[in-house]
Amino acid sequence: MPLLAVEDLKTYFFTRRGVVKAVDGVSFTLDAGETLALVGESGSGKSVTCLSLVRLVPEPAGRIVGGRVLLDGEDLLQKTASEMRRVRGKQIAVVLQDPMTSLNPALTIGTQVREVVRLHQGLRRWALKEKVLEALTRLRIAGAQARLGQYPHQFSGGMRQRVSSAIALSCAPKLLIADEPTTSLDVTIQAQYLDLLKEVQASAGVAVILVTHDFGIVAANADRVAVMYAGRIVESGTTLQVFNRPRHPYTQALLRCLPDVGLEQEQLVEIGGQPPDLAQLPPGCPFAPRCPDRLPVCEQTLPPSVTVEDGHAAACWLAPAATART
Amino acid sequence: MLAGPGGDRADVITLEAVDLTKHFPVAGGLGMGRGHGTIKAVDGVSVHVSEGETLGIVGESGSGKTTLAKLFLLLERPTAGSVRFDGKDVRSFGRPDMIRYRRSVQAVFQDPFSSLDPRMRVEQIVGEPLIPGNGVTRGMVRDRVSEALQLVGLRRDSAALYPHEFSGGQRQRIAIARALVTTPKFILLDEPVSALDVSIRAQILNLLKRLQDELGLAYIMISHDLAAARYLATRLAVMYCGRLVETGACEAVYAEPLHPYTEALLSAALPLHPSARRQRIVLKGEVPNPAHPPSGCRFHPRCPRAMPDCATVEPTWKEAKPARLTACHLY
Repeated sequence: MPLLAVEDLKTYFFTRRGVVKAVDGVSFTLDAGETLALVGESGSGKSVTCLSLVRLVPEPAGRIVGGRVLLDGEDLLQKTASEMRRVRGKQIAVVLQDPMTSLNPALTIGTQVREVVRLHQGLRRWALKEKVLEALTRLRIAGAQARLGQYPHQFSGGMRQRVSSAIALSCAPKLLIADEPTTSLDVTIQAQYLDLLKEVQASAGVAVILVTHDFGIVAANADRVAVMYAGRIVESGTTLQVFNRPRHPYTQALLRCLPDVGLEQEQLVEIGGQPPDLAQLPPGCPFAPRCPDRLPVCEQTLPPSVTVEDGHAAACWLAPAATART
Repeated sequence: MLAGPGGDRADVITLEAVDLTKHFPVAGGLGMGRGHGTIKAVDGVSVHVSEGETLGIVGESGSGKTTLAKLFLLLERPTAGSVRFDGKDVRSFGRPDMIRYRRSVQAVFQDPFSSLDPRMRVEQIVGEPLIPGNGVTRGMVRDRVSEALQLVGLRRDSAALYPHEFSGGQRQRIAIARALVTTPKFILLDEPVSALDVSIRAQILNLLKRLQDELGLAYIMISHDLAAARYLATRLAVMYCGRLVETGACEAVYAEPLHPYTEALLSAALPLHPSARRQRIVLKGEVPNPAHPPSGCRFHPRCPRAMPDCATVEPTWKEAKPARLTACHLY
């Protein structure tokens, strides 16, 4: 049994402009210790998918309207609010993009790490303090003891992100959701953080959902990839499958349009058009208007997800034909 | 218009920074107990850019790239050193020279969601740099605006719309049109694609390259995205903690970085394919605080190849290889 199984998850936002289907039938699984990268552009539904897993979708506009989220076989969508509070932080932890907004500027780092450990592990006094120091030291906060009384503004960006990761990992969660964890960090600090994340993940055996728009991060850290577009997963597979044999035209285009730091390039391949408006999706494949390989059927009917090889699926009318060809 | 790097033709206009320095005074912060001090945001930087070429300025946050940009745009007054345009110090400019400078040097900023006034129509935004009067009529402004919109690939009827009616990529096109409307020679690009979606970045980078070829523009591109910088830049300047650490032709710097910081920065760039996962040079420690830069070479506390001298003696700026300048004791 996988650690996490998401089945046909649907999260809609009910707005004056109409129903925005931010997440529309997303399914994936995740094994213990594995890293799944959720890749997509802004508005593709990757962050809302993550918020849905921990049931933090902003209400009342947003609602999870269907599907199941099975963590160790238990459906999180059926749990009561107080049961959910014991899941969050304990079993599923979240690291958000900007540590300056996810940490409370008015509380010391010590207080913020202590809160989680005390609530979920019921530790007090010396045991609590030791646990807090251990959590910070593991994420390489030098001189953790002296830093407990300091505030977030006294830390650099990279350190803040390590502090918020220390908080997330302090209760040994089974699943860590990292939503664009390095977007606000500098290049050399990003490299530092990604390496550390990989190391801590291996030693703690925690599964990671890594949300990103950067294929470089996927290439560096992920075991498997799910590419999202307009609220759906359009392609999923192991990192090597998706990079070597991308089957969905969107994935293909995304991989081709990246400027390469190792190459001198005359012209970049462009993806024409704009990401779609989620409140007014076309009836067929949402990528059809921008797709270079579009068929008449694409504008009429939504393509189902088909398995193209073991562990590799794509939602495109061309995917089965491409399989037959190879 | 193809003035190659270092083209010394007499009619080529050059924009340069000569020993440019900007220090910000800081009052003793709350509870910091440090009294007064200065942040050496930009410290003795000399770079130049001529028509048709792109100078890429790369560095991390706090390296002084944005302050350098503000100095070029005359939004900050340098503490020492000067900005020179066409061989003349901008401080000696009279009004006509200043008008010419403002017309010739334009900017495109990072975030098109905050750089465009939401209460102005596209027409007003793009036409704002052209003040009617002095023989310029509204009709001329309107013509010039629609020409600029066409250049960046926007429909002529977008002129009547407001910024919120456009997506991020289109907004960045509006910002580029606004920069182009005065027919500048130089455009300062401050992280021009960082705020855009991945699938849109290629569109904007290609547009910038096409405009450069068609109009003979020179770009100063400030970026922390090494891949995007490589795509546009002909020459590269690497900054660290207010100082230049290395300059050279873009290809040469990428092929063989001289300064250990450049090497680490390039190595920290993420792979494009999982099979290219490699041992990165992961720098220890944090980017230093420019209020208290390290002694000697500012990079020495993080440098994997630091020697005893590095902590005490500041390295001089020297030509380590032909047309390759760096400040490092290794050379």
